[in-house]
Amino acid sequence: MPAADQAALSLSAAFFRQFLRHGKTLAASPSDLLNPLLFFFMVVTLFPLGLGPDPERLSQMAPGILWVVALLASLMVSGKLFASDFEDGSLEQLCLAPHPLAILALAEVFAHWLGTGFLLALVSPLFAVMVGLPTQALPVLVVSLLLGSLCLTLIGAVGSALTVSIRRGGLLLSLIIIPLHVPVLIFGSSAVVEATRDGNVASWLALLAALALASLALAPLAIGAALRISLDNG
Amino acid sequence: MWSFIHKLGSPPWFFRFGGNLVRWLLPVTLILLLVGAFWGLLVAPPDFRQGNSYRIIYIHVPAAVVALAGYYVMALAGAISLIWRIKMADIAMKAAAPVGAVLTGIALVTGAIWGKPTWGTWWVWDARITSMLILFFLYLGVVALFEAYENKAAAAKACAVLSLVGTVNIPIIYKSVDWWYSLHQPASIKFTGESAIDASMMYPLLLMIVAFYGLFAVTVVMNMRVELIWHHRQSSWVRQWAGFE
Repeated sequence: MPAADQAALSLSAAFFRQFLRHGKTLAASPSDLLNPLLFFFMVVTLFPLGLGPDPERLSQMAPGILWVVALLASLMVSGKLFASDFEDGSLEQLCLAPHPLAILALAEVFAHWLGTGFLLALVSPLFAVMVGLPTQALPVLVVSLLLGSLCLTLIGAVGSALTVSIRRGGLLLSLIIIPLHVPVLIFGSSAVVEATRDGNVASWLALLAALALASLALAPLAIGAALRISLDNG
Repeated sequence: MWSFIHKLGSPPWFFRFGGNLVRWLLPVTLILLLVGAFWGLLVAPPDFRQGNSYRIIYIHVPAAVVALAGYYVMALAGAISLIWRIKMADIAMKAAAPVGAVLTGIALVTGAIWGKPTWGTWWVWDARITSMLILFFLYLGVVALFEAYENKAAAAKACAVLSLVGTVNIPIIYKSVDWWYSLHQPASIKFTGESAIDASMMYPLLLMIVAFYGLFAVTVVMNMRVELIWHHRQSSWVRQWAGFE
């Protein structure tokens, strides 16, 4: 029997349970997993319709198209990250838990990333072939999206935590997050562009990895602080 | 020294202090602006390649410099408010955001006006212009977030977190845009004005930069005083100041 002031669960156990809880909710509603992929699919379709079907030009623009659409898809889903926790009151319980809110929130963000960004990166070659991305760039696209979507999800989670208490905060979330997504977009699409020209891919991927690690270290702190502020507002 | 800093946190004291500050800083700033504008627009020699059109740098460069510095001022105020929970820092941050946004807007618009005769087009996706545009978005995000919160104390804290996240990002954004630009460097546009600037053009520019810093400080303090009156409109010192008591 643990003493009253002592946590009943160790930090890692709490992290794991939180991760599983969010993962189960995601797995219970397959539409939440499929919709971002469908969104990605449909928006990629819009580009040939808007730009014309010329395969040469499309394949030239493919890295940019794929990365912008991935960014938009991540933006679409990050609004929902903390919404249900905020509405049903579990966020307040998390705040009261003896563990740092930043770590518990990170567990949720990680589960969310596995369900969205990670999946999207894995299926991205399918859509890349549709817009004529050269085959030699496909592995780089997947790796860049894996690293990049982790950044996008973490930064998006900061925005989501800041806007979760605001009714109709979806558009506001985009406004505050898009400027912060700029470096991720640049590093990611540049890596893919360089891959199509057999150029220097490693340095862009290294930058992307550095960004992912930095946001992994810093974003949870901002997410924790932002969630507490949102609870004050709500 | 410490008592001065503590006094800064007291609304009635800051209100009076700010009033005195504005009373002498505003005329000084206006004189500096007039002298700088006169010097820059009329006295300084024309550029041998761009003629007189280069003179817009006397507005463009100071606005851009102070806009960037303004973001750090805002983020610093945000950090102070988060760490020491000083209300006055909240108010300073809220006051600085729209001023910085307007300065960034001025820098972008004057840049476009300058670009038309120089590059033959209103807008070029140049590294510096693009970074400035993103800075503009960052400011707008802070302003929009503040407006969206109902509880204004929470709004200030949320904006503080956002501006701190932005501060961490700004160097990364600037560097990334720089690299992005060098990767996609278009060949058709030649940039002039990269050469060292002559002293006869430099001194009025420095004067204008100082004047714009003064303008920023004056506007922010005036904004803060308005905010303070509104915030404390029920308290006796505001009612006494307004002559209601």
